[in-house]
Amino acid sequence: MDLVGQLQRQFVDYTTSLTREGFLDDQFKQLQKLQDESNPEFVVEVVSLFFEDSEKLLNDLASAFQQKIVDYKKVDAHVHQFKGSSSSIGAQRVKNVCVAFKTYCEARNFEGCSICLQSLEQEYHLVKSKLETLFKLEQQIMAAGGSVPEL
Amino acid sequence: MGLSTESQFHVLAVDDSIIDRKLIERLLKTSSYQVTTVDSGSKALEFLGLNEDKHKDTNQLSISPNSHQEVEVNLIITDYCMPGMTGYDLLKKIKESSSLRDIPVVIMSSENVPSRINRCLEEGAEEFFLKPVKLCDVNKLKPHMMKTKYKNNHQNPENQENEEISEEIQPQPQQQQSNNNNKRKAMEDGLSPDRTRPRFAGGLTVASN
Repeated sequence: MDLVGQLQRQFVDYTTSLTREGFLDDQFKQLQKLQDESNPEFVVEVVSLFFEDSEKLLNDLASAFQQKIVDYKKVDAHVHQFKGSSSSIGAQRVKNVCVAFKTYCEARNFEGCSICLQSLEQEYHLVKSKLETLFKLEQQIMAAGGSVPEL
Repeated sequence: MGLSTESQFHVLAVDDSIIDRKLIERLLKTSSYQVTTVDSGSKALEFLGLNEDKHKDTNQLSISPNSHQEVEVNLIITDYCMPGMTGYDLLKKIKESSSLRDIPVVIMSSENVPSRINRCLEEGAEEFFLKPVKLCDVNKLKPHMMKTKYKNNHQNPENQENEEISEEIQPQPQQQQSNNNNKRKAMEDGLSPDRTRPRFAGGLTVASN
């Protein structure tokens, strides 16, 4: 198999494993379907927005929990936003943590929320690095003169 | 592509999330619609030419409803949960306006709450989409926009007459059938992704199954 073929294979395998492990769900595939020659950077653009948005949200959440009195309404609003954005790009594990987080928020359960926040940071950084790896693979395929396989 | 009537349809998308705005814009443009996105209900009303001064029914508005708008809008798609003015509030304001009420409105929400869905449909929303919105959802928009196009071609000061005609062509939101289907779809769609994953503490170790 030539280089392009190998890289394409790697790409398909990697995407499949990310789905299997629950990092990405079908929504990510939907995003990929929306990318074409007229919008070749669509997925990277949306995901970049997600990264920016998420990092801000994680900061906001961290400071909310550093306050003497936690404003659960504010926390809930942040988590709601995070849940929405992760759902929109198909970051399934992140979204699932948000769902649990919301429940703890509603119960004003400090410990539950703290655990969720930690978990959220973890899952976010995981999916971020995996997506960056995926994008790098794409770049390599294109640099080698190939095209990114459609899944 | 230039010959298709689709390129003439203009959708106004309202969402406070920049990610969702980007997504809906791409979905709509893929379907060959012109798109304008705004990040709030008040900006949407501003774009539609409705401000507090030009209140409801001045002669000017009912005779030539589009004269104060820069561009004709064939459909409005809005998120439900937004700070300040919710999608529901926006829907109400649009339906209360004699110049805007004929524009079909679609609501999007990340939450599957049947009472919320019903309320929106009863207030006159044509469809209720669960987020994340997909291409197959966007494919449902055309008939609603065609209805407006048809009405605009027959525009006359007697807006009442046009409303009756449109009732015959397309069932009003009050009707059971299509809305029950939408509701059901929304509820089914809402259930399936969550059903596969436990919601509570046990599910936190979301480490793969």
